[in-house]
Amino acid sequence: MSKAKIRKSGSPEVRESLGVRKSGGPEVRNSVTSSGKTENRITRCFSDLRAAGKKAFIAYLCAGDPDLDATVEIVVAMAEQGVDIIELGIPYSDPMADGPANQAACERALASGTTVRGVLDAARRIRERTNVPLLFFTYVSPVMAYGIERFAKDAIAAGVDGLLPLDLPPEEGAEFLSTMRAAGLATICLSAPTTPPARRKMLMRESRGFLYYVCRLGVTGERATLPADLGKQVAALKRVNDVPVCIGFGISSPEQAALAAIHGDGVIVGSHLVRLIEKHGKDKNIAQIVAARAGVLAAAVHKEHH
Amino acid sequence: MAAARAVNLPDAAGRFGRYGGRYVPETLIPALDEITAAYQATKRDPTFKKAFFELLHDYVGRPTPLTYAAKLSDRYKRKIYLKREDLNHTGAHKINNAIGQGLLALRLKKKRIIAETGAGQHGVATATACALLGLKCHIYMGTEDMRRQQPNVFRMRLLGAEVIGVTSGTCTLKDAVNEALRDWVTNVESTHYILGSALGPHPFPMMVRDFQSVIGREARKQILKKEGRLPDLLLACVGGGSNSIGLFHPFLRDTSVRFIGAEAGGRGSALGEHAARFDGGTFGVFQGMASYVLQNTDGQVMGTHSVSAGLDYASVGPEHAWMRDTKRAEYIRCSDDQALAGLHLLSESEGIIPALESAHAIGVLPEVVKKTQNGAIIIINVSGRGDKDVAEVARFEGVKL
Repeated sequence: MSKAKIRKSGSPEVRESLGVRKSGGPEVRNSVTSSGKTENRITRCFSDLRAAGKKAFIAYLCAGDPDLDATVEIVVAMAEQGVDIIELGIPYSDPMADGPANQAACERALASGTTVRGVLDAARRIRERTNVPLLFFTYVSPVMAYGIERFAKDAIAAGVDGLLPLDLPPEEGAEFLSTMRAAGLATICLSAPTTPPARRKMLMRESRGFLYYVCRLGVTGERATLPADLGKQVAALKRVNDVPVCIGFGISSPEQAALAAIHGDGVIVGSHLVRLIEKHGKDKNIAQIVAARAGVLAAAVHKEHH
Repeated sequence: MAAARAVNLPDAAGRFGRYGGRYVPETLIPALDEITAAYQATKRDPTFKKAFFELLHDYVGRPTPLTYAAKLSDRYKRKIYLKREDLNHTGAHKINNAIGQGLLALRLKKKRIIAETGAGQHGVATATACALLGLKCHIYMGTEDMRRQQPNVFRMRLLGAEVIGVTSGTCTLKDAVNEALRDWVTNVESTHYILGSALGPHPFPMMVRDFQSVIGREARKQILKKEGRLPDLLLACVGGGSNSIGLFHPFLRDTSVRFIGAEAGGRGSALGEHAARFDGGTFGVFQGMASYVLQNTDGQVMGTHSVSAGLDYASVGPEHAWMRDTKRAEYIRCSDDQALAGLHLLSESEGIIPALESAHAIGVLPEVVKKTQNGAIIIINVSGRGDKDVAEVARFEGVKL
């Protein structure tokens, strides 16, 4: 791409510029750079946003909660409301890094019969309808059971752009991560407030697409305030290199999202939206309800920087 | 060859072959590094060792006896010895590790302790160590296990611990571990997690094994003194695997000594009806480690069943997985019914009521003796006493107390 375009997610003109065929279909591919190499949609998203002086809003939801058809509709609607990147959680029986909201979402998703194959198929259906960058947020167990190489291949074929393995530190997953990367998936690392400086550097270097900064100790879930050391912590990460740093864990209001956007390159909201799905799971307008809230959060993140 | 190498495992990354490792959220990595470093330092520190062994001697009551089981020996035409971990203070081997890690927590300057418990034995041991060492103690326990082990719940509370019921998932041990990990991720700066078995992320499998190896070191000395030779076979139950690894490990280089572990065969062979990880489990990652896991084809961990809360766990310590693959140890199933028969057998023939966990080792004895010759020396680890299980056994057998 010679010149980054300002992106207003979801508007037809932008979809066109990003190479989405209006008719959709499996031909939709990552955009092709001038060198002929495929550019990852996540990377592309951040360079576009950066050029426009904007920050990314990333929404998480658990695939299959309340069922996969709903997931497809919610994601497509969220993309239309300006969500920049979607994190699709692969439900797992023992989500030890998650708080009660995401844990319950996993249970609902598994109860609705969600499998890894089903999640991959939902990703493919989403990709037929939108070009929003998609990444999987997952524990390694379901991926290993599916088969690491097979998963990488099928995820790319479904139009998925990245993978964030929650319980796989880089030194543990060298082979796993290189397989994912070789297939073309951005492998995202996490960093935490407890991470010492040397390790912080390693994680920034290992991370592809962006780095997920877990801004507080603990599990996923909504919190009332942002941690006081957020700016300092993110600045320390950003000194390492120019991999975008996105902030998540506990962000639940447009005000918090806007504040976090001052420091990071993107803001991730999960449990707050998951709770909406929990509350309105049976509502036939579930997609519109969740997308409307996501749109408010996205606007708060986008507004702060231009 | 394999056995000689095994003595030096895990490697620096916490691996036993392809098992073990550290599959945890990034937040915990610095804490695990810190514990590893502190633990390595204790190995070079004679004052730590002295404090540990003094407490084991003066407080826990070690060494525990190696009792010759005369009637069992007579019945099976073997020399059967019982390593009496049931005689430890608190009634099980769990206290060895709880004291060791409690002392380590003091070194790490962590004032708050969390632990998971299944049967309640590790919870009681941890609550005891915390009372002794002046540490604040929170115990996570599945509500199903709380129901099965009410006396232990009350014991923990008497010892000043707070017992937190876990209602997620299957309400058993694995869910208690999840909750303890969630607590730890949140409070890692002030809290040490005393994991109760030789499992989870590195360095826990190594550290718990080392603290429990006092069992095997004593047994080795005792049998050499009594019989003038090494035993032919060691037999222990395997839940997470801490009492068995504690007995086996000091004999690792003694290749003439066979190791047999008894897993919970539960009430059937379908997934969900047992906890026999080596007979139905597959390679996977669970709660911080790579090991054998009872999981479905989608990597979802399945519920388990055992009459014994302490063996009711979907995975097994990584060193056992490694010993199984390298054929250093064998693992066999023991059904609920066999275990209950074992409990009656030991109670009636030797006057020792074993814990339901330990009863699994007795339950497979008729089958195990067939693997040995007449006169063979067998050591069985009686990992805990059965007082806590009396009510549950009565319920199981339809006896109203």
